Amino acid sequence: MVQKTKSRRIDPRILRHELVPEHRVLSLEEAASLMRRLNVKPWQLPRISINDPVVQLLEAKPGDIIEIKRKSPTAGTSIAYRIVVPY
Amino acid sequence: MPRRDFNEEAYVIDSIKFGVLPPHEIMKMAKVTVVRPEIYEADGTPITGGLRDPHFGAIEPGERCPVCGNTREDCPGHFGKIDLARPVIVPHYSETIYQLLQVTCRACGRLLLPQDKISGYLRLLSRLKKKWPQLASNFSVQVRKEASQVTECPHCGARQFKVRFVKPFTFYEDRPEGEVRLTPSDVRERLEKILDDDLRLVGVDPEAARPEWMVITALPVPPLSVRPSITLETGFRAEDDLTHALTEIVRQNERLKNFLVSNAPETMIEDSWLTLQHVVAAYIDNELPNMYQLTHRRKRPLKTLAQRLKGKEGRLRGNLSGKRVNYSARTVISPDPLISINEVGVPVDIAKKLTVAMRVTPYNIEEARRFILNGPEKWPGAVFVTKSRTGKKIDLRYYTNYRQLAESLEVGDIVERHLVDGDIVLFNRQPSLHRMSIMGHIVKVVPYKTFRLNLLVCPPYNADFDGDEMNLHVPRLYEAMSEARELLLVEKHILTPRYGGPIIGGRQDYISGAYLLTVKTSLYTKEEATLILSRGGFKGELPEPAILKPRELWTGKQLASLFLPQDLNFRGKSKINAGPLKCDSEDCFHDSYIVVRNGKLLEGVLDKNAIGAEQPGNLLHIVALEYGVEKARELLDSLFRSFIRALELRGLTITVSDIDITDEAKQEIARLVETYKKRIQEMIRDYWEGRLEPIPGRTVEESLELKIIQELQRLREEAGRVAVNSMDAFNDVFIMARTGARGGEINITQMAAMLGQQTVRGRRIVRGYRKKTLPHFRDNELSPEARGFVKGNFRDGLRPVEVFFHAAGGREGLVDTAVKTSQSGYMQRRLINALQDLVVAYDGTVRDNWGNIVQFKYGEDGVDPMYTYHGKPVNIDRIIERVKGAR
Repeated sequence: MVQKTKSRRIDPRILRHELVPEHRVLSLEEAASLMRRLNVKPWQLPRISINDPVVQLLEAKPGDIIEIKRKSPTAGTSIAYRIVVPY
Repeated sequence: MPRRDFNEEAYVIDSIKFGVLPPHEIMKMAKVTVVRPEIYEADGTPITGGLRDPHFGAIEPGERCPVCGNTREDCPGHFGKIDLARPVIVPHYSETIYQLLQVTCRACGRLLLPQDKISGYLRLLSRLKKKWPQLASNFSVQVRKEASQVTECPHCGARQFKVRFVKPFTFYEDRPEGEVRLTPSDVRERLEKILDDDLRLVGVDPEAARPEWMVITALPVPPLSVRPSITLETGFRAEDDLTHALTEIVRQNERLKNFLVSNAPETMIEDSWLTLQHVVAAYIDNELPNMYQLTHRRKRPLKTLAQRLKGKEGRLRGNLSGKRVNYSARTVISPDPLISINEVGVPVDIAKKLTVAMRVTPYNIEEARRFILNGPEKWPGAVFVTKSRTGKKIDLRYYTNYRQLAESLEVGDIVERHLVDGDIVLFNRQPSLHRMSIMGHIVKVVPYKTFRLNLLVCPPYNADFDGDEMNLHVPRLYEAMSEARELLLVEKHILTPRYGGPIIGGRQDYISGAYLLTVKTSLYTKEEATLILSRGGFKGELPEPAILKPRELWTGKQLASLFLPQDLNFRGKSKINAGPLKCDSEDCFHDSYIVVRNGKLLEGVLDKNAIGAEQPGNLLHIVALEYGVEKARELLDSLFRSFIRALELRGLTITVSDIDITDEAKQEIARLVETYKKRIQEMIRDYWEGRLEPIPGRTVEESLELKIIQELQRLREEAGRVAVNSMDAFNDVFIMARTGARGGEINITQMAAMLGQQTVRGRRIVRGYRKKTLPHFRDNELSPEARGFVKGNFRDGLRPVEVFFHAAGGREGLVDTAVKTSQSGYMQRRLINALQDLVVAYDGTVRDNWGNIVQFKYGEDGVDPMYTYHGKPVNIDRIIERVKGAR
């Protein structure tokens, strides 16, 4: 059986893969203004696991907000936000 | 809790907390202890200490409740209890009990983690609960996982053994000396020892649910109002299923008690105890796995507590989320092409039963009086009058002096009058799969007994008239009525929210009629033109006739144009624009390219592509988008009606001679069959001799099958082509097929040439006898005839063997539809339950009812498909067309 090792390095090239959208950690100010703009509390945002490969590469911490820019056939690019959670 | 008066203060429910009913609550609730399994004495009076003890509450008229002193109107009913001789596990909690047994010490009852770790985790948990409730429950799972791994108690040092759980309520412990069953008493003892704080850590709230409460020592017995007994006409008493289940519990309980006091052998006690456990479990849920069901004399299983709540007909789905209503009607539907699509024909008998509350004002008082004078039997009349002065409701069915009542009518009274023309009602056909399944219609009262509806609204309801029934509901508040008029009216639903295209439109006869009216060869005399136009309600002057000599004749296109908006421009392909009639520009010899310029149909025939239902981009769609849905409705109520008139003038019918083919064609088909047969025989020979070249990735057998199927497919196509070519391409069968009114190439082929290969599960028919489909064939025969190829056709008739294969193939289709509807229905139910509370907020985000964001912009692009052109936000071609204008 293949054993999952705990600290496997993640290949940073995945960030350049076509199917991986662009991720960016928001600064504190940006995050605060986003919360105001959407009128939400952090826990009302969609979540992303700390174990997500891209999140690990970005070295984001729980509570960080990540901006994801996706290509969309109908909208050009669409922007989504996710809050990093420790599970 | 102190009792409060209703008027004292208004409370708003903030939250509801569910917990396990604790034993002391059961004791407090219980007003009687049941100890006797019999219900009645010999003289028919209820037994004291039985399941109909008077302390359960007053039931009989005039009876006074011995507990609360009320009569049966005011007595709420009281709980009783059964003191169980030995404790019993509540089966639905056994999963939780199992988890707790795994994470706690078998000796001291502590959580199997060191004390410092427990206190640390507790602090962490209380912080998490405030900020991340979701995380807190995940954390508890982790704690449980950690604790269940431990083999030695860190508190008392006791060795831990594996606990095994067998559904629904049996626990075993794997001790060194062997596996031992844990009795409910053992389990309860262990649960009692668990500390409150340890419980919190594993996700159990000790205030609401001490685990030992999950093993009951006393069973609450619900009052009689929950399990009423009924007296049959014969005078026999029939008790409720719950009472039957409870008698069984009492009987087993008393038996066990007897064994206990009489020092019976241990095995007998154990046995009796287990039986008690079973009946209590069945009382709660009679459909538990690995259990015998309690039954009525060995037949029907009892409906116990869980069965009352569960499922489609249970309390929740049957009585709480779905309720039955008044002011509704249901009957068979039948067609009426002469009423508006906004209307529904309501039979008089129904119009006299359904009522609308009408408040009398100075302006309608005379009208209201007329209703009252007609009484409840004569339409249009009234059924009830509520006098504002006295507040009394008068039932006109039992009140004969209508004249006096009409005279004494005052402003402010409420008259419940019959349904009349012009009222709005909701009309529905099940299954209600989309919002167009319930639409608002304007009432038109008609004779006879069926609802009438315009044929053009059949597509949204998916209705036909082979016995379909539909439901009708009367909105009674002015608010509801106006909402129905503004939002639900049929014309507001011509465009579907699914993709913005028209869902309402012509089918079958409308399409044939449109074609016949607008086809080049249709010329009409003045009389005919008048007949067609007047059916559509046309009120203007006839235009200049297209042909003046020798007679004045009008083209069908001229007549159709009279109904179109004056400045409409449209171009598009007809359905018949295919095969030999294909052309790609307006320079079309076959009349298959539609050109409407300035409201005149210049070229092209109207058929399925122009007026059909669910055909995005058709004439109706453009009219609805650019002239509004009212205009589209007018078109449906005028132009479409004259299509039917045109069809009536000519008549459309099919006959056997329509599908006759020439003898040459017949011979040609026979020759085709021979050549293909030979080719296939050769392939089969190749196969048996091992020379067949397999298709890459397939076995030789699969390859042979595929090749044969392919050849046979081609054979049918060619035979069809031969047949079609020898037929009159302008007979009624072909008109219907070409315009898309009904049937297609396959149907004509099957009628005139051959049925072709019959399949079951996508392959040739192989099942039947051991090595062959029917006795007529040799074992393992692979020839087309032996595997369901039908070379006969419907006109000449099928051979018996062919009939059999056709039936086998046809059966599969029936089974498929039956299976598919049930499966997709359930899928849709789950989807709706999951999505029903999502809402597009004013800022364009999609949120659930806690304000959690699901999408940051609806569908990533914020586009509402209802306002798109077949999914695209803008229809650029159409814009260019309009800018360029009429050339």
